[in-house]
Amino acid sequence: MRKAFAVARKEFRQIARDRRTLMILLFVPAFYLMLYGYALNWDIRHVRLGVEDQDHTPESRSVVSAFVNSGYFDLVASVDDTRITELMNTNEVRAVLVMPSGFGRSLRTGARAPMQVLVNGDNANTATTVMGYALTILQSESAHYRSGQSTPLLSVQPRVWYNAELRSTLFLVPGLIAYISMITAVISTALSIVREKERGTMEQVRMAPLGAPAFVVGKTIPYFLISLASAVGIILVAMMLFGVPMRGSWWLLLAALSLFLVGALGLGLLISSVSDNQQVAFQLAMLASFLPTFMLSGFIFPISSMPAFLRAVTYLVPARYFLVALRAIVLKGAGAAAFWEDLAALAIFAALVLALASVRLRREWA
Amino acid sequence: MNAIVVSDLTRRFGQFVAVDHLTFDVRQGEIFGFLGANGAGKSTTIRMLCGLLKPTSGTASVGGVDVSRDPEGVKRRIGYMSQRFSLYERLTVDQNIRFFGGIYGLDQAHLNRRRRFVLEMAGLEGRERTRASELAGGWRQRLALGCAILHEPPIVFLDEPTGGVDPLSRRRFWDLIDQLSASGVTVLVTTHYLDEAEHCHRIAIIHAGRLAALGSTDELKHMLADRSIVEIHASNPVEAMRLLDRMPEVEKTSVFGTTVHAVLRADRAIPTDALKSRLVDGGVPVAGIGPVQPSLEDVFLEVAERA
Repeated sequence: MRKAFAVARKEFRQIARDRRTLMILLFVPAFYLMLYGYALNWDIRHVRLGVEDQDHTPESRSVVSAFVNSGYFDLVASVDDTRITELMNTNEVRAVLVMPSGFGRSLRTGARAPMQVLVNGDNANTATTVMGYALTILQSESAHYRSGQSTPLLSVQPRVWYNAELRSTLFLVPGLIAYISMITAVISTALSIVREKERGTMEQVRMAPLGAPAFVVGKTIPYFLISLASAVGIILVAMMLFGVPMRGSWWLLLAALSLFLVGALGLGLLISSVSDNQQVAFQLAMLASFLPTFMLSGFIFPISSMPAFLRAVTYLVPARYFLVALRAIVLKGAGAAAFWEDLAALAIFAALVLALASVRLRREWA
Repeated sequence: MNAIVVSDLTRRFGQFVAVDHLTFDVRQGEIFGFLGANGAGKSTTIRMLCGLLKPTSGTASVGGVDVSRDPEGVKRRIGYMSQRFSLYERLTVDQNIRFFGGIYGLDQAHLNRRRRFVLEMAGLEGRERTRASELAGGWRQRLALGCAILHEPPIVFLDEPTGGVDPLSRRRFWDLIDQLSASGVTVLVTTHYLDEAEHCHRIAIIHAGRLAALGSTDELKHMLADRSIVEIHASNPVEAMRLLDRMPEVEKTSVFGTTVHAVLRADRAIPTDALKSRLVDGGVPVAGIGPVQPSLEDVFLEVAERA
């Protein structure tokens, strides 16, 4: 154990000497989070809205202002019938409200007041979202009028849990935390052993009576502490910049994060032990961390809608388990009982890759 | 007493036989040179003796420990330094020493004592906080040696330890090796500098994985005692060599800078004067000619060619 500690201290000193790598490990992840967090955003804002108001009553104007005040729509044009097609075609507007004459009167008398919302459907995703916004706004608008009625009409009141505004950042940012931590942890360790092979120091170390497990443990400790600091950093950034809440226990979060990171570091060491040079190690590390974590973890694409065989593959992706735990802790404030299986899976993954890395190194060792 | 006992040691890589039934002993306190061309099997042998590589067949014991059965036990008894002077470049002199002390499991008091010894030996006192990358070759080499012997191993393996080092540092390095040997440490060193081989008590010449010759430098030179070697100083050594090669009395020739060594056949003696006049007749002016003692290089070339 003292020997493992000697390896860890050496590794720390090496990293500390290499300011650039240290900066990359500590701060680039937070920078990435900002970059991705702002760019990868499915919330649609500033939808250019056209209004065709044939009614010109306080009621019709109230609908328009409800749209504008929602923050999702920018009123860019008041149009008449003939210009709608042209404006939609040229993308000047992406949604149009049409209120026929008599609209206000119908509302005042409590009769059905038909109106039309046109949405540009060239991007189905966006269109669905915009439609969702529009319907929500209209629903709350019509609630004003119903409230005055003696017989309240039955109305659907959808309520969304955990993300009441259905903000996609709340869904995406935990995924980004997992994704960025995974990549930095895997890549930094993947390069660490192979660098020693390239420099020849590996051979020198192998000549010492130092077992492969002690070497692996010594290599893991510093990268673990650094990647933990970096991951906590991006979680804090996520909370400050993207309003990600913290509804659960920090200790639980640290536990889940630690298990996840140890697995990621083990994977990196395993890659390092099978690679002969830094290029190969880097490519393997990208392949093993980047794609699976992005595609197969439930970060963006729901696992439940994948074909069976891909679903089977996701069981090998540690981020899958970590995401369940992370979202449960941060968004739901759930206790460990809700996701203990995922924590167990993370622990198993970590133990497995570390053991494999040790075995693999030991075979090379002697 | 023998520090290293090697018997029929063999290592194959697939079809390729890197080391082919090597047998030799190294006595305690001896400086034992391993001579051979690149790829002759020197490094493979060292790696087996250090417990890094399992022999395909045969046995070797180092410090009384069988390398196949207890490679970790071997590692505790040996020091190893490679041609790459494998230090951590970003760490300071002191940090390198402390790291290697750490992985050899030295306790604090022992480490402090050895640290002072290594700093003094390498001439690095006062430069403890210098980064290894900033040291010149000779200092790095001595520091690497120091790190390799921190744990006071009775046996030290040096794999081409003087590559890329200036002659003065090489000299100083060999003085250190002599001191180690004098204190009872066994040193097995590979090299392809033949002048360095002269420092060794005994030399094994390895060719194509086999032991081609073994003995002290004098004994090895004696192998060529039955043949006389003539050294010719010629302004055009290549042309001289071409002429010599066509003479029936000459077994072989080799160029050493501006001189040519001609090994004469034992059964067909020819006076050097006759040789000289033949060369001059052939159009090659000869500045000097005379018999010489065989050098280690002559032996090496002879052995390599015969094997």
